[in-house]
Amino acid sequence: MLHFSRWKQLSILATCLLGLLVVLPNFLSQQTLDKWPGWLPKRQLSLGLDLRGGAHLLYALEVDDVRKDWLEALRDDARQRLKEAKIPVSALGIAGNSVQVQLAKAEDGDAALKALREIIRPLGNPLLGGASGDDVEVVRREGGSFTITPTAAGLQQRTSNAVAAAIETVRRRVDPNGTAEPTIVREGSNRIVVQVPGLQDVAKLKEMIGETARLSFHEVHPTLTAKEAKVRGIPPSFKIFPAVDQLDGEQLLRETPVVRGDDLTNAQPAFDSRTNAPIVDFTFNQSGARKFGKFTREHIERPFAIVLDGKVISAPIVKTAIEGGRGQIEGGFTPQTATKLAIQLKSGALPAKLSIMDERVVGPSLGNDSIEAGKLAGMIGGIATIVLTVLTYGTFGIFACVGLIVHGLLTVALMTLMGSALTLPGIAGLVLGIAMAVDANVLIYERIREEVRAGKSAIAAIDAGFTRAFVTIADSQLTTLACALVMFWLGAGPIRGFAVTLTIGICTSIFASVTVVRLLVSYWLNSMRRTKGGALVLPV
Amino acid sequence: MRLVPNFKGLDFFPHDLRLPFMRFKGVCLVLSILAMLLSLLIVWERGFNYGVDFTGGSVLEVQSKAGPADIGRLRDTLGRLGIGNVQIQSFGTPTDVLIRIEQQKGGEAEQQAALKKVTEALGKQYEQRRYETVGPAVSSELRWTGFMAVLAGLLAIVAYVWVRFEWQFALGAVVALTHDVLLTAGTFSLLQLEFDLSIVAALLTILGYSVNDTVVVSDRIRENLRKYKRMPLDELLNLSINETLSRTILTGCTAIAVLIALYVFGGEVIRNFNFAMLFGVVVGTYSSIFIAAPLLGYLGVKRDWTGGTAKAAAAVTPKRESMVWKKATSTAACKKPL
Repeated sequence: MLHFSRWKQLSILATCLLGLLVVLPNFLSQQTLDKWPGWLPKRQLSLGLDLRGGAHLLYALEVDDVRKDWLEALRDDARQRLKEAKIPVSALGIAGNSVQVQLAKAEDGDAALKALREIIRPLGNPLLGGASGDDVEVVRREGGSFTITPTAAGLQQRTSNAVAAAIETVRRRVDPNGTAEPTIVREGSNRIVVQVPGLQDVAKLKEMIGETARLSFHEVHPTLTAKEAKVRGIPPSFKIFPAVDQLDGEQLLRETPVVRGDDLTNAQPAFDSRTNAPIVDFTFNQSGARKFGKFTREHIERPFAIVLDGKVISAPIVKTAIEGGRGQIEGGFTPQTATKLAIQLKSGALPAKLSIMDERVVGPSLGNDSIEAGKLAGMIGGIATIVLTVLTYGTFGIFACVGLIVHGLLTVALMTLMGSALTLPGIAGLVLGIAMAVDANVLIYERIREEVRAGKSAIAAIDAGFTRAFVTIADSQLTTLACALVMFWLGAGPIRGFAVTLTIGICTSIFASVTVVRLLVSYWLNSMRRTKGGALVLPV
Repeated sequence: MRLVPNFKGLDFFPHDLRLPFMRFKGVCLVLSILAMLLSLLIVWERGFNYGVDFTGGSVLEVQSKAGPADIGRLRDTLGRLGIGNVQIQSFGTPTDVLIRIEQQKGGEAEQQAALKKVTEALGKQYEQRRYETVGPAVSSELRWTGFMAVLAGLLAIVAYVWVRFEWQFALGAVVALTHDVLLTAGTFSLLQLEFDLSIVAALLTILGYSVNDTVVVSDRIRENLRKYKRMPLDELLNLSINETLSRTILTGCTAIAVLIALYVFGGEVIRNFNFAMLFGVVVGTYSSIFIAAPLLGYLGVKRDWTGGTAKAAAAVTPKRESMVWKKATSTAACKKPL
């Protein structure tokens, strides 16, 4: 137990030095680090938001929005396909969770089924682990009626895609310049975690993320106003849209837009050259420009409406055909709201509404105070541990303290390498890890004392102490490890940070408090043998 | 190595001490069971002072920029905002204030509006140091996962102890651990300390620490079972506890010293966490000595631990055999001279 081969000694030493090297950048300034040669590690331990300050926002994507959107797309698709197949329809609309189609003539049933079946898309590639099956189900009923219903797996895939798209959009909105180092990740099936370090104005951030910013351009009904339509009944495929507060009244618009915000390639805040009012300049892509050009050519001297998130923000009259694909939106903006809308439009619309589930914001001053408090408490706790250990175990106590320092070093080194952030609960995990490391040494030394009392020679006692105590140490550390892994698996937020540091602490403590200390004890034995003859007296 | 001074440590622990722990096993068990029942009763009666993690709603920590905060006035201004119940308490220092806003009825938008009202009412005199808003869906999820985490942690530990030792040890450990968790929970309920996600982390840590203690004692019991085949079980348990007592006390003292440092200097945010940990370490130490080991005395335990093969065989022990062992232990206990 006390013999170490040369390569073993070297590898233990190398591990310690490597740990030191990885931890070193944490104590150096950024300038010094920049001058380091490229092969040296430069990564610093990242601090959690509770320590460095920042915002943590948990958003949920509204699955109902995704479903509603999809049903609308299915309805338009069905109408289009039946039109192309020249099958007359007496009713077509959304009812509950499906699209209902009623044919005018029941004998068209077979042709309609063929046309409608083309809507069905197979779900992702089953070879790549995606779900198999179709995304929608077309069911034919008696009397020439059909229902088109999204399947559960189809909706799940839609939601998943929507979340992926939303993450990209949110990233572009939160960090238009690519400097803020936000963390934006998916959690569960329809949630997104947004973490922005060191941010001051969270209200602005939330406004930026929270609005869907779906822009669309609609045809206004040529003859009927919204008021008249309410009395006389709304014509098919038209819908009444409310207007923003500045504009009063409602508008009767064709439900399917001429062009959508998806067709925008650019948007910029600007000022109108005549009125000097803040506006948003936009550019369409080719297909958008073509559609918009065609529409404006056919609707000169008639109004159209610009709708943002379901509300009409402006309803200008078409003066000339707009062929170049460029245009502007006037919506009673202030310079700030124009800038915000421009960023939102440029980043693309969110596929569905995001609502805040959970929000945690820590100001930088509190974070600093927490770091200071953690340092002070850690220092005092550390000194207390060292004094207690050295007082009880003498020279061997010093060895134990060296082991503790190695333990701390390696824990921080592993955390740095893994890139896991240190949080406030994480510090508590570190402390428990240290307590367990101390416990390992106490177990070993108490065992050695016991063996000495039982009349064993110094070397035999040391040997027995390490061997016998190791079983206990392994058992106790493994049970704690089992507990830590469960915490990591199940825990949310703070519990997880705690579990990570605790797990790393347990792993390093076996090496630091057992192997390193044993090596030191073996060196000590060798030096004592060389200097003194006679019986060894153990300093424990 | 010559750089290291060679000196002897102080072995201030009286190792000849043989405290008769097992003599009090009945009293201790009864007291512990009473304490557990009392804790349950307190939790039943008073409930927990749940933090926003579990109730939903918002919490703001603000710091007065000039002098101590006027809590009375804050209570007055914020109380008149019409956003339901607003709790205001000082937080650590006289300048720091914690404001809790209950979950608003109208959902997320209302909550944000309420938060805005409070921020406006606070004005420039206060700096916002931290705020948290937890929606109702997340809070009920956190409650569930928090509960599940503690339960699963307990089960993971029991499974490990069962595999490594015997079912009697596992049962002793689970009773001891449940005792620790219940007592800590009861204390939080009694003192109405805020119970949030970090306290769940603390409970899990207490589980970890307490099982550590229990395993150390169990390990020694197992070793002694191999060494002294004829010693009466109670005597053997007592011996094992006494032999590991110096370690139990030393480790406990170190842990408590570090936790006191954290409690006093670690800042207000983790104060409750540290309190739970301090309490848990004390209770956890008690439970491994006075609950886990004495329970073994009642449950009886396999006496034949010779060789590693026996251990492997023990993992798949048929029921009938373990009953035979139990009988053997009880006859051994009868032989004990009174």
